[in-house]
Amino acid sequence: MPLTLEIITGERLLLRREDVDEVIAPGSLGELGVLPNHAPLITSLQPGELRVKSGGSEDDFFVSGGFLEVQSDQVTVLADAAERDSEIDLERAETARQRARERLDQATDADRARAQASLSRSLGRLKVLERRRRRTSGREMARPGA
Amino acid sequence: MANTREIRRRIRSVENTAKITNALQLVAASKMRRAQDRALQARPYAEKMREVLGHLSGLIGDPDASHALLERRDVRETSVIFVTPDRGLCGGLIANLERHAGEIVLGPETGGDVSMIPVGRKGSDYFRRFGVNYHAQFQELGDYPGLAETQPISRIAMEEYINGDVDRVLLVYASFVNTVTQMPITVPLLPVERADAAEGEEASESEYIFEPSPQEVLAELLPRYVDLLVYQAILEAAASEQSARMVAMRNATDAANEMIDDLTLVYNKARQEQITSELLDITGGVEAMQS
Repeated sequence: MPLTLEIITGERLLLRREDVDEVIAPGSLGELGVLPNHAPLITSLQPGELRVKSGGSEDDFFVSGGFLEVQSDQVTVLADAAERDSEIDLERAETARQRARERLDQATDADRARAQASLSRSLGRLKVLERRRRRTSGREMARPGA
Repeated sequence: MANTREIRRRIRSVENTAKITNALQLVAASKMRRAQDRALQARPYAEKMREVLGHLSGLIGDPDASHALLERRDVRETSVIFVTPDRGLCGGLIANLERHAGEIVLGPETGGDVSMIPVGRKGSDYFRRFGVNYHAQFQELGDYPGLAETQPISRIAMEEYINGDVDRVLLVYASFVNTVTQMPITVPLLPVERADAAEGEEASESEYIFEPSPQEVLAELLPRYVDLLVYQAILEAAASEQSARMVAMRNATDAANEMIDDLTLVYNKARQEQITSELLDITGGVEAMQS
């Protein structure tokens, strides 16, 4: 029996699907995969990529943190913020990463934590984009560099 | 009987008022639709979060899983987050909110001291007259506030609660029932109420795996839950405000149109009377010349 997956943010219901074979999520203790018949679980999430496998295809999302709950083949992601890979703005993520890097060098403690959080968010977004790029360019023949 | 020119001026002025209230009504109607959508869209997240918290509630009594936001204390000081519109022209909404909040803030039965965090200009103006102490205030959140705008509010509430400045935080806002009904309500925000586990789920609680640990999940979940309660209250308040304004402006437009009809009738009567008396004058004059 496939999994039912819901991705919910405070602002909207981003996704609801009932034909999911596997969910790979950025748990706070590391990446974790959820297959059907998983034991009941609640875990916090760190910023990173959420991969949804269904049939032969895979959809990628970025989540900026939150929770994941598994209960009787029902997977619920309560995300602070979540985006489809196609919604991510490459330039914005890139600038955010650079800004966070700069801040991190000169920041005091309180700012440091914020810069660190912002850095890991932008890195997470970039990672999702990277996977998307590899997947599409793999289909069209690999392009060098970029 | 007022003369015709005066009545005509009066009609024109009421027409202008009707134009303005009609425009305000249209603006409020379009904002209302969006604000209502947003308020309704935020509900699944809140419900799901309550559910997860319910799964944790078996642990909430557990001393290992305690958290500063759950700690109950004797109430010496209450903080009231009071959400009101920034602008008026929304019928009885603001007066109802003020009356409702007044019972808590100024009423005798609350007990202990009361401080406030007014969100929105109207509520802030109102209680300033009573010399209520404000710990913080927020205004101009915009018509469609996001989580980023409401988070500072919930963060301050949590801070003053954890510091022990206040022993209880209440949230007062206009809950959105439907377009014609908005109900001022009071919701306890802090300490976080023990969520009731859904019926029949009691058994599965102990089987949950928590990562990294129940305490850490609770520590992450609770602040977000509080953030969300405040966010939702503000979305509901925004939907209520626009709905109340739309209805108030529609009533005003209807009333103005009715007044125009009445005045037009009076105007026509006066005009006819004038013509009649002119005719009488003329015929009287003619008769006088003939005789």
